[in-house]
Amino acid sequence: MCLAIPSMVIEIDEVHRTGKIDYLGTKVKTNFALLDDVRIGDWVIVHAGFAISRLDEEDAQETLDLLREIAEKS
Amino acid sequence: MARTNEFRDKKVIGALLARIAENKRSLPSPCRIMEVCGTHTMTVHRYGLQSMLEKAGIEMVSGPGCPVCITPGEVHEAAIRLVTENENVILATFGDMTRVPTHLGSLQNAVPAKGSAVKIVYSPEESLDLARQKRNKEIVFFGVGFETTIPSIAVMAKAAAGEELSNYSILSALWLIPPPLRAILESGEVKLSGFLYPGHVSAIIGQEPYAFVAREFGFPGVIAGFEPGDILLGIISILDQIREGRPRVANEYTRVVRPEGNPVAQALMREVLEPKDACWRGLGVIPGSGLKFKAEYSAYDTEVKHDLRITARGIDLPGCRCGEVLRGILPPSRCPLFAKKCTPESPCGPCMVSFEGACLVHYKYRGPKS
Amino acid sequence: MKKISLELGSGGKSMRDFIARTIVPAFKNPMLAELLDASHLPGRIAFTTDSYVVDPIFFPGGDIGKLAVNGTVNDLVVSGAVPQYISLGLILEEGLEWNALEKILRSLKAAASRARVEIVAGDTKVVKQGQGDKIYINTSGIGKVIAKPRPKLIRPGDKLILTGTLGEHSLAILTARGDFGLEARVQSDCAPLTFLLPFWKNGLLWMRDITRGGLATILSELTEKIPYPLLIEEDEIPLSKAVQAASELLGIDPLYLACEGRAVLVVPGEKTHDVLARIKKNPLGRKAAIIGQVEGKIGRPGELLLRTSAGGLRLLEPLSSELLPRIC
Repeated sequence: MCLAIPSMVIEIDEVHRTGKIDYLGTKVKTNFALLDDVRIGDWVIVHAGFAISRLDEEDAQETLDLLREIAEKS
Repeated sequence: MARTNEFRDKKVIGALLARIAENKRSLPSPCRIMEVCGTHTMTVHRYGLQSMLEKAGIEMVSGPGCPVCITPGEVHEAAIRLVTENENVILATFGDMTRVPTHLGSLQNAVPAKGSAVKIVYSPEESLDLARQKRNKEIVFFGVGFETTIPSIAVMAKAAAGEELSNYSILSALWLIPPPLRAILESGEVKLSGFLYPGHVSAIIGQEPYAFVAREFGFPGVIAGFEPGDILLGIISILDQIREGRPRVANEYTRVVRPEGNPVAQALMREVLEPKDACWRGLGVIPGSGLKFKAEYSAYDTEVKHDLRITARGIDLPGCRCGEVLRGILPPSRCPLFAKKCTPESPCGPCMVSFEGACLVHYKYRGPKS
Repeated sequence: MKKISLELGSGGKSMRDFIARTIVPAFKNPMLAELLDASHLPGRIAFTTDSYVVDPIFFPGGDIGKLAVNGTVNDLVVSGAVPQYISLGLILEEGLEWNALEKILRSLKAAASRARVEIVAGDTKVVKQGQGDKIYINTSGIGKVIAKPRPKLIRPGDKLILTGTLGEHSLAILTARGDFGLEARVQSDCAPLTFLLPFWKNGLLWMRDITRGGLATILSELTEKIPYPLLIEEDEIPLSKAVQAASELLGIDPLYLACEGRAVLVVPGEKTHDVLARIKKNPLGRKAAIIGQVEGKIGRPGELLLRTSAGGLRLLEPLSSELLPRIC
């Protein structure tokens, strides 16, 4: 299931490319083999225990601004 | 980062819907959009968007985007046989796989042979951990998925090979999203105005694999995220493309999807797997629409290791019309079994089982009768 | 040859069918047929039994011993009886550590004295390694009937009170097992509900403890007994941060998660605020909330409706099948 929750990387084992992500204080074991150069503090999208993409905070902000603009114009 | 709530804000949703209704009014023809991904179907229904969109003149149609659903019965039956006919096999799989009905019942009501068991996992990694911990058991990961899940399965096969884990293999049902889109367009069975492309499949494959939809068939499409706001922004983009007469692959999920996708994941898929012609439930055999393990990974391919010889036909159990639902030609509520003989408690087909199955989503989020 | 599968014990349709079609007709009698949490026998005696096979036997916030006392105590409480005596059947697997057994016995004793029940009969069996899993416990309980649930008196406008947050027991078990690679700061809510007994004398119409199947399943069962629909409000349902996060991460619905120390009550409209205030005074009811009501205008008889955070209405179904085995 494509749960779209951005979670923060809080632990990385560089050798095994695994670690943990945190969402509202709950932690889940996550595999980082699909992303290069993951760092603690990165926001990632996790699918079935694997981080599949990094969240681009600037783009996220842009989309939010767009949504707000549409809401305000109405 | 509790930002996601703003994508669900009532005021934002209201404004987006108003804009959609306004943009739609200037278009002459009816507008029917296929949401290819089951999670999109879920968002559309969970937030009650479908009825609001209908009022705005937009019809949403569910597509083949549920891997549990499109996996033919014969593959599920092979999994049931593995665990009921062989001792000391642990079959690890995702939760909704265990309830798919077949000629042999389901994994959940199967009685495993001595020492065998079915284990539900959230991540493929858990299945590999099992193989590491239980060396006296044969661990089979029954892995199904689209491009979102496939790279993680490639990682598992590589890791198993690296550690020379002789008690681990993967029964795979790996499906690619672009080929069935072509099949649906070529068949012309369902009149569409555009596609909502799956956000997380796109995070892996990028934009290019959908380019043929606009180029060869002239249909608009948009990559969208999974919040209500994401989906509505996507629909606005499709309406814009229709109005401008400029179909393309738009991306409204830039915070997660890069134009090129995820190159690391793509390279892993190419390294471990190769394309095959695959049989989909309802859609039949589609050229190049599946992936299988390359010869050097055959030791980890359950079909080879356990000599399974699965012949998939992709047809439904008697009475079930999941195949037509998956092709987008039968809305779940028009199936004669829907909510009568077929319910989540006693499902007749996979679309009533999977969290992303169109029938379950339509059933679960239906409103009270007025 | 037909064999028993795990699905039978899953708390879903096949278990309900098994009880209704096989158990009830086989032992036909009016007390069993009512299928209450505890049967009311002649002489104002309530009687119930339950077996505990939770895996693991120790988990955050409790263990199999605490669970075995509270589960049976709570079945008596929600049937309208003051729990008095409990029996204890132990099935031990050869090789279980003495320390573990002693710890469980201590926690059985502590739970019994907290719930003010006495363990007055018992039995111990040991099975070979591999023929059981560490320890299984059966407890039966007897209580004094002080009231009878009165679903027939339920009317539109009566309110639903939930005594606390949902799902901590399920999540504590998942976390303790290490299932799904999940780590959450969560304690099982396992506790005796005896603090709710006084409300039976104060107009309480109906009460159930929220165990397997969760709130949605238990309220669905209530809709079968009354001629009105029920409506609950998603925004009013108390949830801990950990359960909220885990539910979103794993895609599970907290309305279907099990508790072992929470109840849902139906209270006449005019008494609601008084009852709620008194429940909230007890530490176990601190997060209690009015989560919905018996409907007179919206929906049809037999329906359990949820008003979602987004404002829509949808129907809730009983749990089809528990995907998390051995949580109690």
